[in-house]
Amino acid sequence: MDFTVSEEMQAMKRTVREFVDGEVDTYARQIEEEDRVPEHLLQKAREMGLFGMSIPEEYGGLGLGMLDRCLLLEELGRAPAGFVTVMATNIGIGCTGIVEMGTEGQKRKYLPAMARGEKIGAFALTEPEAGSDATNLKTTAVRHGDRWIINGVKHFITNGPIADVVTVIAVTDRQKGARGGFSAFLVEKGFPGFHVGTIEKKMGLRGSQTSELIFDNCEVPAENLLGEEGRGYASALRILGKGRVGLGARCVGASEKLLEMCTKYAQQRVQFGKPIATFQAIQWMLADIAVETAAAKALTRQVAWMIDQGYRCIKEAAMVKLFASEVLGRVADRAVQIYGGMGYMKDFPIERFYRDARITRIYEGTNEIQRLVVAGELLKEFA
Amino acid sequence: MDFDLSDELRLMRDTVRRLARDRIAPRAAEIDETGEYPEDIFQAFKEAGLLGLCHSEEYGGAGLGTLGLCLAVEEVAKYCCASGLMLLLTKLSTAAFIYGGTEAQKRKYIRGTCEGTRRGCFCLTEPGAGSDAASISTRAERKGDFYVLNGTKCFISGAPVADFFVVAAKTKAEAGHKGVSVFVIDRGTPGLSIGKIERKMGVKGVPVSEVILEDCRVPAENLVGVENEGFKLVMSSLNSVRPVVAARGLGLAQGALQYAVEYTRQRQAFGKRLCDHQGLRWSMAEMAMEIEAARWLVYRAAKIVDEGHAGKEVAHYFSIAKAYASEVAVRTAHRALQLLGGYGYMKDYPLERFYRDARQLMIVEGTSEIQREIISRAIVDGTLNWL
Repeated sequence: MDFTVSEEMQAMKRTVREFVDGEVDTYARQIEEEDRVPEHLLQKAREMGLFGMSIPEEYGGLGLGMLDRCLLLEELGRAPAGFVTVMATNIGIGCTGIVEMGTEGQKRKYLPAMARGEKIGAFALTEPEAGSDATNLKTTAVRHGDRWIINGVKHFITNGPIADVVTVIAVTDRQKGARGGFSAFLVEKGFPGFHVGTIEKKMGLRGSQTSELIFDNCEVPAENLLGEEGRGYASALRILGKGRVGLGARCVGASEKLLEMCTKYAQQRVQFGKPIATFQAIQWMLADIAVETAAAKALTRQVAWMIDQGYRCIKEAAMVKLFASEVLGRVADRAVQIYGGMGYMKDFPIERFYRDARITRIYEGTNEIQRLVVAGELLKEFA
Repeated sequence: MDFDLSDELRLMRDTVRRLARDRIAPRAAEIDETGEYPEDIFQAFKEAGLLGLCHSEEYGGAGLGTLGLCLAVEEVAKYCCASGLMLLLTKLSTAAFIYGGTEAQKRKYIRGTCEGTRRGCFCLTEPGAGSDAASISTRAERKGDFYVLNGTKCFISGAPVADFFVVAAKTKAEAGHKGVSVFVIDRGTPGLSIGKIERKMGVKGVPVSEVILEDCRVPAENLVGVENEGFKLVMSSLNSVRPVVAARGLGLAQGALQYAVEYTRQRQAFGKRLCDHQGLRWSMAEMAMEIEAARWLVYRAAKIVDEGHAGKEVAHYFSIAKAYASEVAVRTAHRALQLLGGYGYMKDYPLERFYRDARQLMIVEGTSEIQREIISRAIVDGTLNWL
């Protein structure tokens, strides 16, 4: 079992870290206040190929496997979450459908532009009445000659307002329900009947936009059916599953950044005549942060490796998302406490990490659902 | 052992409950969004006679004690944490007078607070002195009939809207806690100014800022208590207000749970209401258990203050209540937000505000770590005394 990170990947990690810590971070306050990521930062990310991390080389991407992707997402996790989300959604749930289930024509049409970051991807499954209960979809797709007509409303769609191509899950046969009755479609900005609805105001994740997507007799060409008709639910689960490990890596990266910040701060801040780092209880908090982060990192990397080997990993991917997001939650909470009053003030980034961390236990499948997935697999395994 | 509230307290509590629901709740989101100090809420408190709840009728108060104030803060905090803090400040800014003020000071500042004609704030924290309160470096030098104060206080709740400032300073520089004195300074006194106003994660309706003292000349009669014996006053002030901080947490936790439970009665998933899913029901049960435990800690601590105790021998009771209730608030806000799923993260729903507001409760007025110091000291010293 070899845990070495190749020279090449170490170099890539360093480059991404320099970009994130050296450049993106200087815009953190601006991103937070304007709820917008400066275009030049996205441009730099495009030039580094970060938008195409998961897209195969033959379509212009970096063609990185899951583990290598995770190694870079660890570095990106250090950056303001809103900034990372624009890319991560693109790399993860935004393009996975096309990469894994797309026809050659679809791949060639969308992937190169997505790899260059010129076209942004998004994934639209969630509806007002279908969150955790993802099979309760109301959005329909009806065949009309050489087109599909989609009607319905999706909401809480990350990248919604800026997406150029959205993977949409809709009901094609209500009788069959999730098993055989859902299909996936690639909907482009500009297709008739497709528009962006309300943009949500959120607790955190500033810089990333989340919105409703409205399909009002939206016309989609027949060749934009993604994967087989009726296999949409399986496609959705596959897309989400792959995204889980990447999210885990981002949580690990953020936890590591917080550990570094807290350890340095505790050595600088003097109270009762000594740095607070000399107090036992603070040392234990730092230790707990380090231990949990190391565990999350090991689990994430191991499962990423398993995916690259071709193992099924449904249970394992759920474990990664569940564990890494809860670790980040606890780490962010401890970080606020270590910084004390400063941890509550917007002049320091800690309170932003705290707010940004909270969504990780909810989106891409709540941690309650992740627990059900793990338990479901266990019950099958040990029947 | 009587767990019932007196008729007087119950009546007051019901009044506040209605006020909170009808006038404060509809304003809570806006207060957070704009970060504007809600003068209308202050006036509503004034009209309803709630600004002097814990103070004696002799000075224009309602004579309902710290327990009365806790009950009111609890009701308000169910909807708006910032408004709850406004009520708390009526005690925090005047506690020093209770434990060491002259008759003249009490008539001026306690009565002023009760009548709503004066608003105060408590100035202890400095950039170099947070948990380590004894290491404050603001100096107060006696010069004839005056004291001249120099220094900077920070993170002072209510300072930008305050009419009077209760300030802890060193009258004897190298004497640690034995050199602290407390002063009251009126707004407009030359040499006192408001500095940087902080931008915070939550509780945005109450402004928090620096208070800067530059050769501020304060008349000698503005000394509160005895020179160099101010640390005890500071400790008594903080101790006696701790149950009220705990009440903020108690109220917030209940408000969060209340909202979430109602949501789960409406929201369906997997063919039934969220409240019919076992895992979620158990989460609600966890929250309710902790809230009930916190409740009795808070009320008990408040009663101890009302029985006249606020010193070292009972400090651990206040610390236990504050640490526990504030941590319950944070845990409950977390769990309740989770019950709303994605909606819990959206500003159109109140839970994300509860989550942000709760977090400061584990830090302000003695961090959870300091509370643990106080509690463990009492345990190891043998003071922890199971009354």
